Amino acid sequence: MKIVVLIKQVPATDKVKMDEETGTMIRDGVEAELNPLDLYAVEEAIRIKENLGNDAEISVISMGPRMAVDAVKNAIAMGCDKGYLLSGKKFAGADTWATGYALSIAIKKMLAEFDLILCGERATDGETGQVGPGVGAHLDIPVLTYVSKIVEITKEKIIVHRAIEGGYEVVEAPMPALVSVVKEINEPSIPTLRGKIKAKNTEIPILTAEDIGVDEGRLGLKGSLTRVVKTFHPQVARKGEIISTSKDLDGSVNGLINYLRQKEII
Amino acid sequence: MENRVEDYKGVWTLGEMREGEIHPVSYELLAWGKDLADKIGVELSSIIIGHDIKDKAYELVYRGANRVYVVENPALENFRADPYSKILTSLVEEYKPEIFIASATTTGRTLMPICAVKLQTGLTADCTGLDIDTEEKLLIQTRPAIGGNIMATIKTPTARPQMSTVRPKSKRPLPIDKSRKGEIIVKEFGGEYLLSRVKRLNFLKEETVGAPIQDADIIISCGKGLKDGKKLNIINELAELLGGSVGASRKAVDLGWISYSHQVGLSGKTVSPKLYIACGISGAVQHLAGMSSAETVIAINSDPEADIFRAADFGVVGDIFEVIPLFIQKLKERSKE
Repeated sequence: MKIVVLIKQVPATDKVKMDEETGTMIRDGVEAELNPLDLYAVEEAIRIKENLGNDAEISVISMGPRMAVDAVKNAIAMGCDKGYLLSGKKFAGADTWATGYALSIAIKKMLAEFDLILCGERATDGETGQVGPGVGAHLDIPVLTYVSKIVEITKEKIIVHRAIEGGYEVVEAPMPALVSVVKEINEPSIPTLRGKIKAKNTEIPILTAEDIGVDEGRLGLKGSLTRVVKTFHPQVARKGEIISTSKDLDGSVNGLINYLRQKEII
Repeated sequence: MENRVEDYKGVWTLGEMREGEIHPVSYELLAWGKDLADKIGVELSSIIIGHDIKDKAYELVYRGANRVYVVENPALENFRADPYSKILTSLVEEYKPEIFIASATTTGRTLMPICAVKLQTGLTADCTGLDIDTEEKLLIQTRPAIGGNIMATIKTPTARPQMSTVRPKSKRPLPIDKSRKGEIIVKEFGGEYLLSRVKRLNFLKEETVGAPIQDADIIISCGKGLKDGKKLNIINELAELLGGSVGASRKAVDLGWISYSHQVGLSGKTVSPKLYIACGISGAVQHLAGMSSAETVIAINSDPEADIFRAADFGVVGDIFEVIPLFIQKLKERSKE
């Protein structure tokens, strides 16, 4: 079975510190990491391969700046077999449409045959969740989103649980298919020392627009149909009233009830 | 065929059906849609797809739609990406709306990216604000990114329709107005439009207190401070009493106290309830990312230095096992009065 995992490198969220004055995130000098929600996709690919008695090949594909090679290597350290990075000026500034397009072309070019594409539900920076379904649409294959469990998988078909509002939808699709997974699906493993050494010694080809032979008018900022016209910091800081129960539990709870009543919530 | 921007006219919203009923997020979308349509001076239409739904279409007129397109067939009873995207794409190509919005539910966030690819147009995810640039007559889409730390304003200058998914609970629906009149148009689709590669085998309903957290107006959320999953009953009791749902921090989910569907935050759900009560939650950046758009936030935590207090409108410093039972008792006394 040929498995493709789509990943993204994002700013490391657990190292983020907040500026207490402005209530915004301090981004300077923040490290980058493999999108935490992609770890579940990488792990699921590794588990599928194990369950097939290792009769599978896992390719990781990412798009981003050169430093995103580290994220691809991280996925290889976890147990993926090989990786590619789409990088270069022509890809830069892409919106979700252009990103999905570039990734779908790269998949077709580099891996003429594939059975399954796995990706995380969304990236923790852009948080759109649109690239996965977009890749599926560009390749015209079934798209299964919010997958919390793979019940059965063969080269012909896949049965999964989709975690949707109010419960789990059990669905079956023919392969090849694109599956986006949620955190519930597994617990990602930490790379072994052997995995890290393998990753270090694995060459990650950097693919440019010329390498994959794409319609350049559809790439990067030029090919993006949406435009970010402004960014700003939200006013998140709420200056809440704080009461303490250490002296007067009864009074504090009355204060809370009064507050909710004033707000006409209760 | 060349499509010109000026050929596109009108605002469309996607109505969402769940278990044969129009889901209330559809009315929130109409409230957004009406704002936009009025500002541009065009009509507002809604689309519903499902099985045996025609007699419900007028509900959308009462909530602001001038026109409702209805597509019904037994094969369309549940959301399936293949037929739904083929039908929507075909309708958009036929009627050419300039704006087309859907809710950022699991359905909207699956369906709209597929439609956007097929329609070769831009799509902006999970917007919390929509407006019109009246000079350019362009849709102004505002959305949070990076865990709510940055807001971005996005436009789709040349491609049509301008498409977005909109975060549930980001606007109140318009009140029902039964004097409103509108047009119901039934569109027939058959043959290949109804085919789906994905087959639904079953639905495993999750039994919980209250609505799914994405739909809840009130969420009582628990974190590490609960100390023991068996103590979840006090959170459940408070949720039941307030008519709310139960949320949780990542920690509470990872410890197995409650299922993932309840997780609020960067690796869980983003919620915008009217009231969010954080009980024993420290307030990590990742958690705040999922609930900072709540209307009112209450924090109960024994640590006065906890970050959650900086994200709260009202905070109670105290042991949740003392505060919550007394809170419950007083709420019960109030309801007796």
